[in-house]
Amino acid sequence: MPERNLSNEELNEILHLIHRTYGYDFRDYSKASIKRRVMRCMEMSSLKTAYELKFKLANDPEYFKWFLEVMTVNVTEMFRDPEFYTELRAKVFPTLASYPIIKIWHAGCATGEEVYSMAIMLKEEGLLDRAKIYATDINPLNIEKAKKGIMPLQHMKNYTHNYIRSGGRAEFSDYYTAQYGNAIISNELKKNILFSQHNLVTDQVFNEFQLICCRNVLIYFNKELQNRVINLFYDSLSPLGYLAIGTKESLLFTDLRDKFETISSENKIYKRKKGIANNK
Amino acid sequence: MIEVVAIGGSAGSLPVVMAILKALPSKFDYSVILVIHRLKNVSSEMERILAGTTDLQIREPEDKEPIKPGVVYLAPQNYHLQIEADRTFSLDYSELVNYSRPSIDVTFECVATIFKEKAVAVLLSGANADGAAGLDKIVRRGGVGIAQDPASAEYKLMPQSALDRNKEISSQSPEHIVNYISTITSLPNRKK
Repeated sequence: MPERNLSNEELNEILHLIHRTYGYDFRDYSKASIKRRVMRCMEMSSLKTAYELKFKLANDPEYFKWFLEVMTVNVTEMFRDPEFYTELRAKVFPTLASYPIIKIWHAGCATGEEVYSMAIMLKEEGLLDRAKIYATDINPLNIEKAKKGIMPLQHMKNYTHNYIRSGGRAEFSDYYTAQYGNAIISNELKKNILFSQHNLVTDQVFNEFQLICCRNVLIYFNKELQNRVINLFYDSLSPLGYLAIGTKESLLFTDLRDKFETISSENKIYKRKKGIANNK
Repeated sequence: MIEVVAIGGSAGSLPVVMAILKALPSKFDYSVILVIHRLKNVSSEMERILAGTTDLQIREPEDKEPIKPGVVYLAPQNYHLQIEADRTFSLDYSELVNYSRPSIDVTFECVATIFKEKAVAVLLSGANADGAAGLDKIVRRGGVGIAQDPASAEYKLMPQSALDRNKEISSQSPEHIVNYISTITSLPNRKK
């Protein structure tokens, strides 16, 4: 089998071209993942060289739409890492309960599975009516899918298992209706969720939150970009607000590690220390 | 000198992995990276099981953690383990590769790109072809590639796929693999 290869220079040229032409900036993404994903796109569309890919990207906006869909990672599940949800319920929700309006941001929500998991937990703790969840993603197609809340029924067995392990209190099947091989999330869970497009790389603070969930998104960024995004989160959190990141992600390599208190080192839940302004 | 020993395995590989860990010297100046297929949604005790076989430090690396010599790294359950040019790990939660996450191919390909002739990679027993392309790439970049002798493997498909793909990959029994790795510190690389 011939080795399809992409040099670092070629990769950089492609990322620059995308930024110039479409405004999406992948230049500070972690190189190993992005290279693999670009090569995957090339393979799926039978393009052999970087030149062919650049030509296609420069001249075919429809192709770019597809490319963006494949490039952005959309892998997610409901109640992923059940222990994370158990801890969130036990250690964060009691504090959230003291706010008259609970504002939560799910950054990089992909197709919404974790957002709906959060809504289910809020409902079970009697907090859903007071909650406003902002769920954002870079990819407009993800947002469309997330809004619909339709997922393949065959995933539900695994999700039910996760839900039970996370300490769920009801029947998981109460939260969706099965139809034509799909599970449709109940409307009650959707009513306090606002889905919209937001790009963590280029967009700014848009509200103040008591909880920001951004799990397994930062791994795709290099250290500089991770640092920038953690600053964005810091600025978007109310004093004593909570930040949850992926279980293998870390604030250790960022400037702001001292400005957060660790709530769970295992499940990577942090709390913003008081301090009013972020004096960068 | 060797900088990295990467070991990939799936079904039937655990006894060999444990024998290799047992045979490692108490101090060594390369990094060991283990990529072992595991069940997706059962919380895995792998780190603990492996730690029980050795006094060495075994870590599941966090994202952006620098690779250090003398440490055994275990690819975390459900993440692909990649290596960046600045020799830090980066994790990836994207689609399965060869039905696997962590995928051995993903890690081996990074090892080949970053460490070239300073890498040794071993592919053990397993029931799918993950790792064959990666091992091929390691050999093509001047590293040492070893596949477990299929006759000795509980599941032959994985090492056999690698051997079919590249004739420069050597086929060795678990005893030979363990011996070879235990002597690696003082071993000059063949292409140096």
